[in-house]
Amino acid sequence: MQDLIPALHLSAPEGTLAVGGLVLLMLGAFMGEKSARLVSILSVALLVAATAVTVTGPLGQAFNGAYVADPLAVYGKAIIFLSSAVCIVLGGGWMQRAKIARFEYPILIVLASAGMGMMASSGDLISMYVGIELHSLALYVLAAFHRDDLKASEAGLKYFVLGALSSGLLLYGASLVYGFTGSMNFQEIAAYAVENPSVGLVFGLVFVICGLAFKISAAPFHMWTPDVYEGAPTPVVALFATAPKMAAMVLVARVLIDGFAGSHDQWAQVLVLISLISFAVGAFGGLAQKNIQRLLAYSSIANIGYALLGITAGTEAGLQAMLMFMTLYVVDQLGFFAILLSLSKGGKPVRTIADLAGLRRTRPVTAIALTVLSLSVLGMPPFSGFWGKYYVFGAAVDAGYWMVATAGLVASVVAAFYYLRIIKLMWFDPPVDEVPLDAAPVEARTIAVAGAVFAFPLVIVGLTWIEPLTRVAATSFNAG
Amino acid sequence: MPQIPFILSLITFLPLVGAGLILLSRLFNKAGADNAARWIAMGTTLVTLALSVVLVGAFDQSSAAYQFVERYVWFVGAEYHMGVDGISILFVLLTAFLMPICILASWKTITDRVVEYMIAFLVLETLVIGVFTSLDLFLFYIFFEGTLVPMFLIIGIWGGANRIYASYKFFLYTLLGSVLMLLAMLWMAQDAGTTSIPALKEHVFDARYQPLLWLAFFASFAVKMPMWPVHTWLPDAHVQAPTAGSVILAGILLKLGGYGFILFNIPMFPLASQMFAPLVFALSVIAIVYTSLVAFRQTDIKKLIAYSSVAHMGFVTMGIFAGNDTGVQGAVFQMLSHGLISGALFLCVGVVYDRMHTREIAFYGGLTNRMPWFAAIFLMFTMANVGLPGTSGFIGEILTMTGVYQVSTWAAFVAASGVILSAIYALTLYRNVMFGEIVNPALKTIADIDKRELALFVPLIVGTIWLGVQPGLVLNYTAASVEALTATYRAVIGG
Repeated sequence: MQDLIPALHLSAPEGTLAVGGLVLLMLGAFMGEKSARLVSILSVALLVAATAVTVTGPLGQAFNGAYVADPLAVYGKAIIFLSSAVCIVLGGGWMQRAKIARFEYPILIVLASAGMGMMASSGDLISMYVGIELHSLALYVLAAFHRDDLKASEAGLKYFVLGALSSGLLLYGASLVYGFTGSMNFQEIAAYAVENPSVGLVFGLVFVICGLAFKISAAPFHMWTPDVYEGAPTPVVALFATAPKMAAMVLVARVLIDGFAGSHDQWAQVLVLISLISFAVGAFGGLAQKNIQRLLAYSSIANIGYALLGITAGTEAGLQAMLMFMTLYVVDQLGFFAILLSLSKGGKPVRTIADLAGLRRTRPVTAIALTVLSLSVLGMPPFSGFWGKYYVFGAAVDAGYWMVATAGLVASVVAAFYYLRIIKLMWFDPPVDEVPLDAAPVEARTIAVAGAVFAFPLVIVGLTWIEPLTRVAATSFNAG
Repeated sequence: MPQIPFILSLITFLPLVGAGLILLSRLFNKAGADNAARWIAMGTTLVTLALSVVLVGAFDQSSAAYQFVERYVWFVGAEYHMGVDGISILFVLLTAFLMPICILASWKTITDRVVEYMIAFLVLETLVIGVFTSLDLFLFYIFFEGTLVPMFLIIGIWGGANRIYASYKFFLYTLLGSVLMLLAMLWMAQDAGTTSIPALKEHVFDARYQPLLWLAFFASFAVKMPMWPVHTWLPDAHVQAPTAGSVILAGILLKLGGYGFILFNIPMFPLASQMFAPLVFALSVIAIVYTSLVAFRQTDIKKLIAYSSVAHMGFVTMGIFAGNDTGVQGAVFQMLSHGLISGALFLCVGVVYDRMHTREIAFYGGLTNRMPWFAAIFLMFTMANVGLPGTSGFIGEILTMTGVYQVSTWAAFVAASGVILSAIYALTLYRNVMFGEIVNPALKTIADIDKRELALFVPLIVGTIWLGVQPGLVLNYTAASVEALTATYRAVIGG
């Protein structure tokens, strides 16, 4: 009982979110539909507060090592909570336009954030699973949030069924790992595995990786991604593309670099394969897409491949590179989705890439912002995406994975084609029809421009702050 | 050593400031924005040119060291490190020299989206000068890659009918080359523990890795040059680009490849350079002979000149990998001279295209009757392109061939036939376009060049002839740096 108070203090960020989320739920339930705006504002405040609690909170372990608060967790959670907050802000205007502005949207995001925080802080297999399920359940509901829309319902169902399957794989793997090591705790697993390597453990490891790969939508476990990205409401997709990805990547780093530190040779092989397939699927799959959100789905698959490359390296530099990459990627994606959310034609959201034609004439500022963000995701220097790739590929080359890095860079050239197509449509082509664009919600436009300004030129300054932060996060972590 | 503080940063980023000014003037004055953009662009490029002349004047020719060095810690992994040696300073000057000409060439022909056009050109100038002045691996890469974006937009927005295909091809081809270079750079930074280019030149890379690193850089620069067989993007890009875009492409962007070879391949991977020299000779000789023959069969004036560029770049690569003073000096000279001559030839095409809106050779004929001034200018640059003694084209070709002859007789022998072949296609082009009677009725009223167009050509004519009769102007600058380069190279390969 005496341990409980410090343990609760340590896990205060998640506690804040869980309790706050429930309070807001009550508020919404009693005030009804009118409360959507108020609840949104309070949710954002709650997430910002949770970030503050995270950053200022103590470091250490709690609940017998099941919960870890180290600089890696703090860094990951700060990014997760803040990007979730941005997604709530982004959703407001869009949801109103689609007539689905309900108070559950921000609350579900808050609850999902609690789960994502848990993932970033998990120190054993149980808390890992609890974190994953906690955030997944909220995300399944969010995917189907537009309940009258056929595609959204399909997306939600698909995500749920495949998510359940992957949870099954994960659990099966976890049980194998537990069976062969006799422990749930990552550090104990690592210590045991070094001395008693066994085939069964490797089996368990592979199953765990497969389950996690589903959560980060790495190929060949990516099948759900394009459909969910296409069907789910755009603000929800913006969330999918950012916070859960960051949480899952931190979790993957924890499980593999910490929990299976001794088996680097084994899991690195699997990760190399997953990265290679992700590059290929992401690059080639995106070529034929007409729907912007499907395109972004493929783009995210390729980018997750790059991020995994950092973990594959298995070094401190690799972990740091992954964190840098994901941070810059999350900002890019938020900007990208903010632009999508700010565009609508005749009351309908912009869905196809062709709808962007002639944007330069109708919305010059948005066109410039989207150009900057596209070039950034493409990896053009000096935009932010380049620096992410620079660190990831640098770490991979350092660790001797230069063949994989070559494949990744070549795939990025293939992927360049579809980002160029976006730029081409906006700048080279005239508008396809005369339907004028609707007035853009202020918050979406602001975030879009802010994202672009961050991608360039702010990133040059920003890197000098992000770099030391990620370094601390990576070095504190017991790599290898 | 004379020092002018921050002059390199100033020259590099001044055009960017100009681009910012254009943007500001657009925000405050919509109606007059087009004219303001033109004047601001012209002013900025002229000031940049003036500063470059000051830079060249203050440069100490006797030293092979990097001068006007600026070096600051940027953030971990890269430095802000700039400086010029006897080779790169001339490319800075060439860029600064061609840019005002490009702006003037676009003065009347570009009427659509003038503001964006001028901004694109100024940004491009910053990036290109940045490539020539940066001394940090990743700073170099940023500038080098960055040039793709404005050029992509210039071709794609203001280009001809098939511009989109050409812009994609240009972008993806060159991007593929440079990502491999990025990978090699990451490897080198880790191996040597530094990203400073002068320090990397001192570093000895393991002989086992040199071939791979060499190939990675080669992939990037060979596409940029372009060398046969990865040259096919160039004719497309040239044909579709607006006139000024072609001038920049042929005049400056192609030189990035040759400059890269001199900056990276030769000094950093001397063993691999020696190993692959026969390959480079073979590719260069094929480029010279094959593309000359291809040029001969073209029906489009611009395409013909584009292929002739590929052939001339063959001399450059050959000269560089000869690895001796004469060869490298010749290569640098050839690049500078080609910058002037091909730029002028594309401007010549622009002159007739602006009047008739076609580049078909068959459309023209007998232009001498209506355009005597133009005929004289075009003839002069045709001759310079062929390599007539007295023009700068001759010096470059003779030096590179002399240099190559010392290393590989047969390569020099075959390359020499390129001189004849270039005479064949260039003179045929001239005869078909300029001589004879005017058959096409549309040409009966074609006007000779006006004062603005004359102003474009005068500096290029002066430059071409001056370098042709007094090549020492260039060679004195490059001598010390080239000697240092080849001396180390010879020492390593033991020749």
